[in-house]
Amino acid sequence: MSTYYAGLLADIGILVLGALSVYIILVTNQLSLGNAGFMAIGSYVASFLTAEQHWAVTPALIVAALTACVIGVIVGFPALRLKGIYLAIATLGFGEMVRSFFLVFTPMGGSGGYRGMPHVSLGYIWIWAAGILLLVTLLERSRLWLEMRAVHDDERAAGLVGINTTLTKVGAFGFGAAVAAIAGGLFAHHYIYIEPGNFDFQRSIDFVLAVILGGSTVGAGALVGAALLVLLPEWLRFLADWRLAAFGVMLILVLLTRPQGILDRPLLALLRLRRNRAA
Amino acid sequence: MLLQQLVNGLTLGAVYTLVALSFSLVMGLLAILNIAIGELFMLGGYLGFAVIAAHFPLAAALLIGMGGAALVALVIDKIGYEPLRQAPPITPLLSTIGFSIILQNVVTNVWGSDPLQLPSGLFDRRVHIGSVQIGVMQLVVIGVTVVLVASVALLIQKTAVGRALRAVSENREVARLLGVSADRITLFAFMLSGALAGAAGVLISLHYAAITPYIGVDTGLKAIAVMVIGGTTSVWGALIVGPLIGIAEVMTIAFGGSQMRDFVVYGLMIVTLLLRPQGLLGARSDSGQPV
Repeated sequence: MSTYYAGLLADIGILVLGALSVYIILVTNQLSLGNAGFMAIGSYVASFLTAEQHWAVTPALIVAALTACVIGVIVGFPALRLKGIYLAIATLGFGEMVRSFFLVFTPMGGSGGYRGMPHVSLGYIWIWAAGILLLVTLLERSRLWLEMRAVHDDERAAGLVGINTTLTKVGAFGFGAAVAAIAGGLFAHHYIYIEPGNFDFQRSIDFVLAVILGGSTVGAGALVGAALLVLLPEWLRFLADWRLAAFGVMLILVLLTRPQGILDRPLLALLRLRRNRAA
Repeated sequence: MLLQQLVNGLTLGAVYTLVALSFSLVMGLLAILNIAIGELFMLGGYLGFAVIAAHFPLAAALLIGMGGAALVALVIDKIGYEPLRQAPPITPLLSTIGFSIILQNVVTNVWGSDPLQLPSGLFDRRVHIGSVQIGVMQLVVIGVTVVLVASVALLIQKTAVGRALRAVSENREVARLLGVSADRITLFAFMLSGALAGAAGVLISLHYAAITPYIGVDTGLKAIAVMVIGGTTSVWGALIVGPLIGIAEVMTIAFGGSQMRDFVVYGLMIVTLLLRPQGLLGARSDSGQPV
């Protein structure tokens, strides 16, 4: 495999995790436009642990995920007061706050960026991406996920049948933040250089776009969306300077024709049926 | 020095006010965020630039900038919003991101990704008041902003269109029962919002005599913060908060700590959302005073 494709595959793996982090929160009907902030936190914590404290990458990633999880829960509580677009705006503000914090946080390089982390292999990135995707897919069959979707469909009714909606929504934020932090840690140890500009609004938007394009009702949609988001601009190279515009047009077309994203439950069921018939 | 910075901050703040107002027109009416407003602002700047470079007067630049941005806003409404009106509010937000990507790409291809600059000496005549130097262009920016904001406020409060706008924002279905064409009002709000963003773009690009295709993102996000802090449904909130943030920004650049300012601005925005969701000057949600 050429380094070119290896690079693209690594980007996809990291984006899958970023997209899943948005998806997990979105399942409870909360849109986060600030997951690049959690990614930044994971990225900087993991880098600090490997570069300064000489930890191995895996424990560093786990500690980074736990740190972001705690911060996610702290963010999740005030987020309970906000709904819909206002919540999205508040999370957008959170992401920008984290970014500007790392711009002035000179112990980790500030605006000059930070380096010194060990490099991780493509396989390592995909072990994490596949592992978390598997975990989410398994969770989707659990009672917990049903409760999360109940909160999504009708929060009040969910509360009436005894679901702890507060715990569900805050927990989703914590879980999503942890996954975003893992994406950040892998990003840092893949590019072995990070700067606050890596975690801007555009990054948060990429996560959301991957979920929406791929399919916002199934976890596997994150995989489809991440692959599309990375590969489409490459495939459209023949359009030269116009490929981003073409990408924008395609995005709008998908939203107009399939607002739930490319992959949804009926399509998944259909794919499964075909596979069974072929076997 | 201090007074000089105050004037500079006021100029920047005026532009924030216009863009924030542009966001809040759509937000107040439809409760959706039109992310492409940042790019309409940028487009307005380029159109204004082109008109000035072709030796037309400033008024023509403003008109073309506003008109061009309003036309694109019309397209955004017809393709990116209207078909998705029944979808959850996230979906139109994403389709406006699609338009952002397209606009940025088109402008980059037409005008290049390097900053464009106006020949110097075009708008740098200055007026001296005591020790303060005020550029003529700064006066124009502040003046045009005041006129535009006042006209929008008048339009919303005193005219039939404004009444229809408020009716739709309060209750779309009831407004339609009463004979207001909600779709037409929505289109009007989109275009007015686009025109304001376009005007802001013309003003800022002529003030700095330079423009790049990437100015829309930063200004757009900052304007969202101004809108929230001032109150998403209040015209006057943006008029006060915009200059405050502009002045704070210029001061922190002049006196150090410029990186900290974004942290403070977005922190303030979140605190506002949590403690006073109607904004500093917004009316309470029960005494409907939308837009």
